[in-house]
This record gives sequence, C-alpha cells and structure tokens, in this order.
Amino acid sequence: MLEVAGLSAWYGQAQALKKVAFRVDDGELITLVGRNGAGKTTTLRCLVGLHREMEGRIVLGGEEISGWSPERRARAGLGFVPDDRGIYATLTVDENLTLPPQVGPTAWPLDRIYATFPVLRERRRASGAKLSGGEQQILSIARALRMGARILLLDEPTEGLAPVLVQQLREMLLDAKREGLTALLVEQNLRFATAVADRHYLLAQGEIVETLDNAAVAVRERELLRHLGV
Amino acid sequence: MRRGPRRTSMDLGYATLQVFNGLVNGAFYALLSLGLAVIFGMLRVVNFAHGAFYMLGAFAAYLLQLELGIGFWPALVLAPAAVALVGIAVERLLLRRLYGLDPLYGFLLTFGLTLLIQDGMRVRFGLQGQPYATPTELGGSLSLGAIAYPAYRLFVIAFSLAVCVAVWYAIERTRLGMVVRASIERRDLTRAFGISVDRWVTGTFAFGIALAGLAGVLAAPMRNVSPTMGAEPVILTFAVVVIGGMGSIAGAVVAGFAVGVLASLGAIVNPALENILVFALMAVVLLVRPAGLFGSLEAR
Ligand SMILES: Nc1ncnc2c1ncn2[C@@H]1O[C@H](COP(=O)(O)OP(=O)(O)OP(=O)(O)O)[C@@H](O)[C@H]1O
Ligand SMILES: [Mg+2]
Repeated sequence: MLEVAGLSAWYGQAQALKKVAFRVDDGELITLVGRNGAGKTTTLRCLVGLHREMEGRIVLGGEEISGWSPERRARAGLGFVPDDRGIYATLTVDENLTLPPQVGPTAWPLDRIYATFPVLRERRRASGAKLSGGEQQILSIARALRMGARILLLDEPTEGLAPVLVQQLREMLLDAKREGLTALLVEQNLRFATAVADRHYLLAQGEIVETLDNAAVAVRERELLRHLGV
Repeated sequence: MRRGPRRTSMDLGYATLQVFNGLVNGAFYALLSLGLAVIFGMLRVVNFAHGAFYMLGAFAAYLLQLELGIGFWPALVLAPAAVALVGIAVERLLLRRLYGLDPLYGFLLTFGLTLLIQDGMRVRFGLQGQPYATPTELGGSLSLGAIAYPAYRLFVIAFSLAVCVAVWYAIERTRLGMVVRASIERRDLTRAFGISVDRWVTGTFAFGIALAGLAGVLAAPMRNVSPTMGAEPVILTFAVVVIGGMGSIAGAVVAGFAVGVLASLGAIVNPALENILVFALMAVVLLVRPAGLFGSLEAR
C-alpha cells in the first residue's frame, strides 16, 4: 500500500530524517514511535507533501508520488490527521467534515460519522474553534474517515486526550481495522500502540533504528519507555 | 441649557445629511476594503493598486458610454468584468511569481502598477475629470423627513449594502465560500486535504478586483472620472482594512460604513476633523487591538 525508501529531510542545514524506510501493507496498522524531535511529524509531513526539503521514494499503491502536489496526494487516498488536529476555526463542524473531497469507496457517509461520534452531531453547527481538544481530535479523525482515504496518517491522536477518550479511540480504530483500515500511526503511548497496531518502527534522531512486533515491545517495555522519555 | 433651544430643525437636517453622506462614503469604503480583505486573505498581498482598479472601473463605464453608447445599468456588470480580466492578467503574469517571497514585493509591485496605470490613463485622457451622467431613473431627490437627498446616492448606499451582504452570504454560507475560508485560514493544510488552492487564488483576486471596478462604476456619476480619482479613497480604505482587521470580511464591511459615518460626523464639528478622526481611530485600534476589531492574529 505505502512504501517509503531512502527518505531524507532537512530544515535548512539541519537534517531531520536520514534514509528512512518502512512499509505499510493493506489492512495493516503500524506505528512510528520515537522520542520528542525524532522526526515523526516530519515523516508524515513529507508523506502528505507539506515538507518539501526532502528526497527519497514514496510509493502509494504502486505509484511514485513524491513529485505530486499535496492536493493530488490527498485525492489519491492519503487521509491526514495532523499533530495540531488541523481544525478550522472559521468553519463549522459540518464544514470541517465536508471540506475534503470524498476520494474512495470506503468514504463514511455523514450519518455514520454522526452516529459513531454523537458529540459531533450535537455540535455540528458550532465553529471548530469552540470545540474542546478532545472533540477536535475526534473531528480530525472523523474527517479523514469521511474522505474514504486508503491510508490514514495519524500524528499522535491520543495526545492530550482524557483516558476515556483514548479508550474510545482505541475501540474505534480496532473496529475500523476489522473493516480493513490501513493506517500509519505516530504514537508515544506504547500501551495504545501495542493495543491497536501490528508493527512498530522505532525512530531515533531521524533514523529507523529498529522494527518491533507487539511481543518485543511487551518484553522490552521498560527500556523503551526510558528511551522515549515518558 | 442655552444650547437646547438653539438646536433648530436646520441643525438636525444638517446632521441627517452628514449621516447619509457618511453612508455614501462608507458604501465605497466597504466595497473597496471588502475586495482588499478577500485578496489579502487569500494571496497575502496588500494590493496597493486597488484604487487604480477602482479608477479603471469608472473609466470602463465612461468609455462604454462614449464609444459604444452602453449605459449605466449594463456597465454595472460589464465594467467590473472587464476590470476583473485585467486583474486575472496581473495575477497570472506578475503576482504569481512573487508568492512565497516577502509580502513587501507584492506591495511594491502593485504600487508600481498603480503609477503605471495612472500615468498611462493620464497620457490618454489628461488630468481633468470627465463627466458621467446619472442614470435617468435615479435622477432627482427623495424626501427623508427633514431633508431631500439625491436618489442616486441612496441607491449607492442600498446597492453597496446588498452587494456586501451577498458577498458575506457567499463566503459564510456556501461551499465555495467554505473553500475560500479554509484556504485563507490554512493554505497549506487545505491543499493536504485535497483542495487545489492555487486555482482559487486567481478567481479570488479577480473577484476582489471586480468589487473595486464596481465601486468605480458607482462613483462615476458622483465624482469626476479622472486618472487620479482612486488615490484618495485607497488611502482611507487601507485605514478601514486595518480598523476592521486584515482579511476579515465582516470587519471590512462594518468598518467601511462606520468610518464613513464617523468622518462625516466629525466634519460637522470641524471639517478638518474628517480624515484626522479616521486615522486617530486607526492608531487607537492598532494600539488596543493590533489584529483589528474583527481580526484574529492567529489566522495569519
Ligand atoms: N520548522 C522547523 N524548523 C527547524 N527545525 C525543525 C522544524 N520542525 C522540526 N524541526 C526539527 O526537526 C526534528 C524533527 O522534528 P519533528 O517535529 O519531526 O519531531 P517529532 O518526532 O514529531 O517530535 P514530537 O514528539 O515532539 O512531535 C527536530 O530536531 C526538530 O527540532
Ligand atoms: Mg511531532
């Protein structure tokens, strides 16, 4: 589905990613873990086309997309949930949801979105700015689901969420996964990561240093937590 | 106490007159600053040439009349459209090359463009103003209680208000407006959600320019059509945009009318106050609310 090879990125002189490589197969949910500043957000921004100082190959469904504009990538099926949630203050909840085009057959109808996330229905006419952090996070994910993206790119969706919302998010991702969701999840929360994902790429100082499965994470949890600094 | 009885109906009439004069001026400020706000929001360009496009709108109406015998009503549509075409050329051929650079470049380019357009028109038409007849349907005056007020000017107020409300509606309540709002708020992110923002940029610029052209047509029967007619309103319009908040739609309209009325009321006290009040208000707004009355700094 998504294959990344030799991905390097820079901010001016400073190199933020060094030959990063990973793959996400159809129906797989993988995570990118790493401490603050490791380059997780930069990786996602390279994928969606918002970070231009980069080189390397990004292949989506067999097509090399690294030369494409961000809008073309989105229409090809990248569903982006940015780290700041990307909720528009000048748009209502409804408008935030319906801004992106529907790009795939798995696009969720609005009815389903509102049935799954009743909080959003209650506030559908409210400005995006009026939502709580948790509501914004849900809206951001709902927006990507509504697009019918082929692969979801989620940047720390659990950050700042109350435990009960984290729980809901986990259920929701697991449900969606059973329906064939493919996703790349950036996550600091190891418990959450192992609960929803199949594989984990450990990113340190811009390099993929290890690939771990859930069992390996469980065995080395202490050491990993220390590494992540959480 | 002594002042009470002196308030004659004549004073009241003058005050009413000034309020309406203020609304007429405000109608122009609102249309002009609305265009500036939309353009600034989408392109991050402070379009100094806005006054020049306003002037071109007036000239377009004048020339349509002179050369083709086309009157005011068709000109109200044709002249802004013609000016918008010039705007499209400017965006595609010139401004487009400056995106991503310091906004100062856009400002300098449009400043140079202003001089070019103004002087070009001066070479062709000279400096003295050309008259443009008020449409016959709107000749004469209407009685407004204490005063009689020219029908055409009342039309200008109503028409401008209607256009502003329509633009507000289009931006706040339609899908097209939603895309524009999203692009204004977060241009890059909006692209990552599958919207071809670049394509909307040209259209938005043309639309803002068309509003300036429209204001020019409305001005033609009231003010002499001359190459420098845009110079003064554009200065006040910049003050209006600052007061309303850069890029804020509602701010541009409300501040436009408010500034017009404020200046006219100031002129009752002392004619010299007319413009001073506006710039004093601008200074106060900048000190107290740098983002403008309706603006938010984050949106930048
Ligand atoms: N706009 C920027 N300009 C310069 N350097 C940047 C910029 N954004 C990120 N960096 C640097 O690039 C590196 C990777 O940053 P990135 O945001 O991708 O990390 P991250 O893994 O997402 O961290 P976090 O867990 O804090 O979100 C860091 O060293 C960071 O300081
Ligand atoms: Mg990050």
